[in-house]
Amino acid sequence: MSAAGSAKGGANTLFGGIDSGSWNTKAVIIGGDCRWLGSAVVRTGADLEGAAGAAFELALRAAGLGREALDAVWATGFGRRSIPFAHGTRTELDCHARGVRHHVQGATTIIDIGGQDAKVIRLDAEGRRISHRMNRKCAAGTGSFLDEMALRLDTSTDRLPELAAKFSEEVELGSFCTVFSGTELLGAIRGGKRPADLARAAYKSVVRRVLEMDVFDGQVAGTGGVVAHHPMVLDLFAQHLGARLIVPPHPQELGAFGAALAARESILNQGLEPAPEAADLP
Amino acid sequence: MHAPRNERLELRSTARMKELLAEYFGRLGSAAKDRSAPVAWCSSVGPAEMLRALGFEVFFPENHGAMLGAFRMANECMSKAHARGYSQEICSYLTSDVGAYLAGKTPLTAYGMDSAPRADVLVFNTNQCREVQDWFEFYGREWKVPVVGVTSFRSVGEVTEPLVTAITRQMEDLVPTLEGIAGKRLDPARLSEVVGLSRQCSDLWKACLGTAAHRPSPLTFFDSTIHMAPAVLLRGTPDAISYYELLLAELQERIAGGVAAVPGELHRLYWEGMPMWGKLREHASMFAQMHTCVVASTYCNSWIFEALDPADPLRSMARASLELFIARSDGPKQRYIERMVEQFHVDGVLFHDCRTCPHNSNTRYGMPGRLREESGIPSVTVEGDHTDLRCYSAEQSRTSIEGFVEQLADR
Repeated sequence: MSAAGSAKGGANTLFGGIDSGSWNTKAVIIGGDCRWLGSAVVRTGADLEGAAGAAFELALRAAGLGREALDAVWATGFGRRSIPFAHGTRTELDCHARGVRHHVQGATTIIDIGGQDAKVIRLDAEGRRISHRMNRKCAAGTGSFLDEMALRLDTSTDRLPELAAKFSEEVELGSFCTVFSGTELLGAIRGGKRPADLARAAYKSVVRRVLEMDVFDGQVAGTGGVVAHHPMVLDLFAQHLGARLIVPPHPQELGAFGAALAARESILNQGLEPAPEAADLP
Repeated sequence: MHAPRNERLELRSTARMKELLAEYFGRLGSAAKDRSAPVAWCSSVGPAEMLRALGFEVFFPENHGAMLGAFRMANECMSKAHARGYSQEICSYLTSDVGAYLAGKTPLTAYGMDSAPRADVLVFNTNQCREVQDWFEFYGREWKVPVVGVTSFRSVGEVTEPLVTAITRQMEDLVPTLEGIAGKRLDPARLSEVVGLSRQCSDLWKACLGTAAHRPSPLTFFDSTIHMAPAVLLRGTPDAISYYELLLAELQERIAGGVAAVPGELHRLYWEGMPMWGKLREHASMFAQMHTCVVASTYCNSWIFEALDPADPLRSMARASLELFIARSDGPKQRYIERMVEQFHVDGVLFHDCRTCPHNSNTRYGMPGRLREESGIPSVTVEGDHTDLRCYSAEQSRTSIEGFVEQLADR
């Protein structure tokens, strides 16, 4: 890999971004012109560094490149500090904002729903972050909530969209606590409610919890794995907000894309310093 | 003293403070053991001056709660109180202190005490919260000793004369009971002297905290939470005054020498809410690594009592108790934070939404949004607790704080 800090012409440069999330690790390779060259998503598991390495190798393979071709790799996500080959880190708040800003102009509110947390990030008209909110210390409103509900419905999270699409009756579930919602769901099953209706109710719970986190006015963009793989969430947000979320390409990998953009900026603009911890911690 | 790169710089005055605290707890321990002086428990911003003037050794149980948190003993102790029906949702100072009593544990062993000192009387002021009364009544029942206090006003807008009069009357009503326990009359001249000493302590503490307005700041919030101990425990004594003269000189020396408490200070924050006692060191280190100095806080400012007046002791004590930030309504609170942001050249505010201390959590009625919209002050909210570490997610909080610092850097 080229040494970080070497200045090259924009068209000939290559960058990587890794998003080490709680459930999945995502890697993206881009060119100096921000063109998407390859990506990969792998399960994070308990070996953060191993998952990051695997995702990175798969993304490089998809791009037809070797590690040595890249000018810089930056990391984001909860495991960002566990990736020794990354040249710098930024938070996922920053990277999702970068990713959205690349695709969407003007003041925007971003909803990012990941496996472990949900975030609402507000950007001003110039695309600068002005505030963020994160979920409470509770899985309600996150991908983990959907995992738990799928388990109770004796299905997998992957099949939850298909199940929910068959709904015929509106059923409500709480959005305060995952454990309580699970108990409530079991009660509803005993009461004769259909699994398809309860799957939809789980999605409604996630959407309601996220909508409680902030005021949504103006354009709203969606990112993260839940947005990428659960289309009913998008329909429900549209019902509440009166307009569909803007979903940039590759919403699940958008944080990794943002990290690659940060890597690019660090080299091409020479203006972005690595987060202090990555540079300074022993 | 040198600090490793990107670590907060320690203050050398700390050594003297530790001596003073050892002497203070030594006196308390002796009084409780040998019955050499009556012992009063007092809520942290209660009528301590009156108790000192009557010759009581004064114990502040919130300090004990904070020590239980800082020594990471709180969580193992509070479960004992939960089991007795004291909810997980109420003040974790209360539950950790009561739990420590039930478990027979205390961090005061560091000062040669095997328990918090048994009280002859417990004196509260509900200006900060109702919990202090419920807390003291537990011990009143256990030890069969009187629990007396001031039932104060909360959410005070303007501090008016009728409000001050009402609190003054309640303080006057405490005197006969306290005189009976102390076995002596309250000497007006002695009360005036103690209030004068408290005022001097307050002025010097304010001057120490005020040095953080300098850029770079010679002081961090994490230093202040430690060095506030004499203002809390020893106000009304000459020891507190001599200590803050020493500390102020060291801070002024730092300013003259251009010494930054956080090497390479880039960003300046204001901490609104309780400290997280079990995370102080971790937080101090984290912010230092981000070259971010938390320069000031509402919490440490809460031991500045500018109303205290030796010429009118009781009435000025009553006024001081009502002027406290925690006792005020959201309007005065918002204006106070805006003043602090300006005075300390702060880039943003960190709100600690303290799970079991709603009275010291100013995030719950829209304050952060109003500050942003009306005054352009950015903020971040971190959920946690002053002592119950179960309420705190370190990783999530770190991401939120680090993201906020990135946001400030990108402006």
